[in-house]
Amino acid sequence: MSEFLYLYRGGVRPESPAAAQQEMQRWMNWLKDLGERGHVKAPGQPLERTGKLVSGKAKSVTDGPFVEKDMVGGYSLIEAKDIAHATELAMGCPIFESGGQVEVRPVTKM
Amino acid sequence: MTIDEHLFRREAGRMVTALTRVFGVHNLALAEDVVQDALCRALEVWKFRGVPENPAAWLMTAAKNRALDVLRRERTARTFAPELGSLLESEWTIIPALDSVLDPSVIRDDELRMMFSCCHPRLPEEVQVALVLQILCGFGTRELASAFLCSHAAMEKRIVRGKKMLASAKTLFELGARDEFPARLAGVQRALYLLFNEGYHGASEAAVRAELCDEAIRLVVLLSEHAAAATPATLALGGLMCLLAARLPARLDGAGDLIPLVEQDRARWDTRLLAEGRRLLDSSATGSEVSVYHIEAAIAAVHADASTNSDTRWDQVVALYDTLLVLRDSPVVALQRALAIAERDGPAAALAALRDIDPEPLATYPFYFAALGELERRRDQHEIARGHFQAALALARNPLERRFLAGRIADCEGKR
Repeated sequence: MSEFLYLYRGGVRPESPAAAQQEMQRWMNWLKDLGERGHVKAPGQPLERTGKLVSGKAKSVTDGPFVEKDMVGGYSLIEAKDIAHATELAMGCPIFESGGQVEVRPVTKM
Repeated sequence: MTIDEHLFRREAGRMVTALTRVFGVHNLALAEDVVQDALCRALEVWKFRGVPENPAAWLMTAAKNRALDVLRRERTARTFAPELGSLLESEWTIIPALDSVLDPSVIRDDELRMMFSCCHPRLPEEVQVALVLQILCGFGTRELASAFLCSHAAMEKRIVRGKKMLASAKTLFELGARDEFPARLAGVQRALYLLFNEGYHGASEAAVRAELCDEAIRLVVLLSEHAAAATPATLALGGLMCLLAARLPARLDGAGDLIPLVEQDRARWDTRLLAEGRRLLDSSATGSEVSVYHIEAAIAAVHADASTNSDTRWDQVVALYDTLLVLRDSPVVALQRALAIAERDGPAAALAALRDIDPEPLATYPFYFAALGELERRRDQHEIARGHFQAALALARNPLERRFLAGRIADCEGKR
């Protein structure tokens, strides 16, 4: 088994309370199912939509800029056989229904 | 931990109502934004960490924190609730003021005040119902458009119009306003009655929108727990809803098709709701007021008392419809009365009663033609019945009604 980081990017906000709850339920079911099949190393954390960017030799500090559509909203640590398997597992993520993306990144082994 | 499937929707209603007290009715949209933020935060956090111990309290805290940010940021730019006034301006009083408004017992009263505000007499009834469902029950515009079988744009227009009227009032309806209270209460009862009916036999894709019935019952219970609002008519309305809702489990067959009352398996009626309905109807029999809700609930109770369709006291049902016609002279009531006559005296007598009804207002009402078809079918006039069922089919509002009527037409054709 190898480790992979899922970075959840973008996705539009649900348009009603019921839609929000259904989306939450889909996420919980998906992560629970992955966990029961032994694929979840850590369910991960959500990230705030705001933050600072420190850059350059001058270490200049700015707000963002974070573009809504590819901003990372959270991450999970996943265990899978290989990158193909990890990608396959990511297909079940509910984020696609709200137009978001999952970036699947292998954790470097050595 | 598992949560109630309507948690977000219901809590949204409570939070929007409470925050409207804080921000003022004219800032309703701001309250809705803050609540949407709180729900999205819950979505983001809970999906990774699971549902917290007390989800409703978690949501309320998230909304409160977000409201505090907004108040601090915008208190110079906006005017907030005139009722709270300067309490929101000082750091010393802002948190206690917020806590006092977000107290669960205070929110209960505010939900009532919001209900009364939504049922403003200058708003058409369909706007009142849409407002109640969106603000107090947390339904999205798209969900409402699908429940009421209208376009998203049409529903949005309805809601915008209602919210404009709400915002013009600045504060929520005062329950202590003696002059206006009785008339407004009647408006609220009527809106909840329509809301229930929409769920019970609405025009939507699904024949039964049990959620709408549930919401109507929840709100009428809220009404009946307030001393001034718990009039005999309110209790009778609650009784009516419970007695009808009790039949919901028996209203659809395995394929999801509608089963008429006379063919329902009464063993599947919800006995708890029947008992609650009877209790409310009994407690509504105080004072001299007899409302349409009393009569309709009494009719439902006659059905509930009969263990089979043939045991039904149809003489009582017809007599109650006679009284109902006096209180509310409507062709739909006259149609229902004729159907009760069919059970008491046979289809010929019912058809005679139907001929006395002005058909004009029923020209687009599928159940009128379905009733004519049913009566002709029962006296073996299958060819005539088929014509009526076809007229009904052309007016049917959802696949369920269409399937039912197509079945009747095929049945008539088989017997020609």
